[in-house]
Amino acid sequence: MSKISLIIKREYTTRVMKKSFILLTFLIPILFVGMLFLIVWLGGIKDDKIKTIVVIDKTHLYTKVLKSNENYSFQFVDAPVEKIKSQNTNNEQFTALLYITDNLVDNPKAATLYSEKQVNLELKSYVSSLLNKYIEEQKLATYNIPNLKEMVEKSRTDIDMKTIKWGENGKEKEGSAELALIIGMMSAFIIYMFIVIYGAQVMNGVVQEKTNRIVEVIISSVKPFELMMGKIIGIAMVGLTQFLMWVILTVVISTVAGAIFGGNVDVNSLHQMGQMGMQTVPTNAMSPEIQGLFTALNGVNYLQIIVLFIVYFLGGYLLYASLFAAVGSAVDNETDTQQFSLPLMLPIIFAIYAAIYSAQNPDGPLAFWCSMIPFTSPIVMMVRLPFDVPVWQIILSLTILVMSFVGTTWMAGKIYRTGILMYGKKVTWKELFKWLRY
Amino acid sequence: MILLEVEKVVKQFAGHLALDSVSLTVPENTIYGLLGPNGAGKTTLIRIINCITAPDSGEVRLHGKRMTPADVQQIGYLPEERGLYKKMKVGEQALYLAQLKGMTRNDALKALKYWFEKFEIQAWWDKKVEELSKGMAQKVQFITTILHEPKLLIFDEPFSGFDPVNTDIIKREILDLRAKGATIIFSTHNMETVEDLCENISLVNQAKIVLQGNVADIRASHATNTFVVGSKTSLNENNFEMISQKAQNGVFESIIKKQVTESNNSLLS
Repeated sequence: MSKISLIIKREYTTRVMKKSFILLTFLIPILFVGMLFLIVWLGGIKDDKIKTIVVIDKTHLYTKVLKSNENYSFQFVDAPVEKIKSQNTNNEQFTALLYITDNLVDNPKAATLYSEKQVNLELKSYVSSLLNKYIEEQKLATYNIPNLKEMVEKSRTDIDMKTIKWGENGKEKEGSAELALIIGMMSAFIIYMFIVIYGAQVMNGVVQEKTNRIVEVIISSVKPFELMMGKIIGIAMVGLTQFLMWVILTVVISTVAGAIFGGNVDVNSLHQMGQMGMQTVPTNAMSPEIQGLFTALNGVNYLQIIVLFIVYFLGGYLLYASLFAAVGSAVDNETDTQQFSLPLMLPIIFAIYAAIYSAQNPDGPLAFWCSMIPFTSPIVMMVRLPFDVPVWQIILSLTILVMSFVGTTWMAGKIYRTGILMYGKKVTWKELFKWLRY
Repeated sequence: MILLEVEKVVKQFAGHLALDSVSLTVPENTIYGLLGPNGAGKTTLIRIINCITAPDSGEVRLHGKRMTPADVQQIGYLPEERGLYKKMKVGEQALYLAQLKGMTRNDALKALKYWFEKFEIQAWWDKKVEELSKGMAQKVQFITTILHEPKLLIFDEPFSGFDPVNTDIIKREILDLRAKGATIIFSTHNMETVEDLCENISLVNQAKIVLQGNVADIRASHATNTFVVGSKTSLNENNFEMISQKAQNGVFESIIKKQVTESNNSLLS
């Protein structure tokens, strides 16, 4: 067995055998799937309690319009507003008070909802929609055009645009735009997490070897560069293993749970959740622009995404891990690593923000440049991929990434070689640059 | 036969000259002592021999040939600052280190079994290093150093941290290893062990060799020809000079100095 393989094997086995690794690997998929199911299930539970809404309608026009439904029951009262307000203690008598002072056709602002607690959106939108529909009909009626109401009804359409992608052989594939975006953001976030977690493991491993002094024994048997690479590669494999385990477990657990819970969860509600999760604006303000965004996502090339995910993860990890190794070799103890690892974390954090903004404008300049710069490209490119990035851009981005991690590994090797035997000296950035020249 | 040659090695660190044209020769199958105060350059020299650092100029030759990084397989190195992976088990770790030195797993297992029995530490095989005391860990580390039966053994301050009993054990092992054909270099402050073990020594101070050669020769050439003699009767000055004499418990203890031209035997007459 070559020496590097021995080192890789040791780094891999010691970490994979740890209880914390095994626990995390199995726990996260269970928690994740459990959370998903819980949210969908709870969201489906109807609130049995019927809320009372007291209505003071000075115009007496809307008594028939405000229909009670399974959640709200409307009580019509003829009394001054102040009296009703004082009667209500702790929302026990009624949830809210609707006060209509004037004919809403002439004065649209004449309706007010009062409540001790902030009125919830569902109630507001229910009442608004009931009143709006009625007012609309009233207004149409004033035009005195016969059958106007039917004409308006017929011209109302609900466009249900299908998203179909033109395949290479002219085949058409219907895409699920929402799911594609979820995958993009999730892969970007997973790469971000993995780079941070496993990069830190590399750094800590290096520092530990320094503090417990075993590094001198090892480098009397192997070259420092071999030790560094063995460690980086070994930990990369731990990361890949964990990722694969997560994917497999999530699939297994969700299929099993899906079978157990029957039809409670179906793909549609998952879609809906994806929509709700991806938006940062409230659902009842979903604008045509956002709808247009989703329709732009036509079909997803899953194979491309999975392959590129692994490639970008490895590229980004190798880039950052080599730098983390260099940092670890320059300090004497784990607390000192903070001063050096902060500048390393900044581009990663920036990348996540860039990814979020790029999701809204995947072909814009921010997205383009950030998916080329090697420090941010693994994260930002993942978000762009569902939007069909041109092949030349992917190739360019990957070439830059590969060249960069070769470069940083070479640099890190030099710093590592000098740093691991140096103790006691407080290292500064200037010092590190000097080591590059040794 | 010369095993190791160090020729005019120079090593400069930023602002500090660690080795100033240092040369030494280690004959095969001997024990070589490296002495000197702290900061003299001993550890730097040892690291250069181990190909851990490279000299600025000068050469290190093993069996007459210039040393390459591949040659470290034939060296067993016990550094001054000792340490092992704390969370790894003893047996597993010893196997790992042996394999890094080029041993196959099976050979390493057999050898480890032998040494663990010899040192009576079989019970520690599955213990994590952090569960051992310092002396125990150093025993384990000593074993990992010699496990692959290297031709050249380098110990940097091997006796520091050992209690007298263990120091004795290590001493015996070193002699044993030499009997089996190994060559040993060790650095130390402990003059007693040097006198007990070494055939040749080098004394390093402030980056230079200040004294070098065969121990017996050095002793002879620096001999002050002064002896401490115990006798039942008081001594008369015949062929020697009496420096002092005192009587204690019926025994006379005298410090005498012989004249250089006389042999030691003449004193007995």
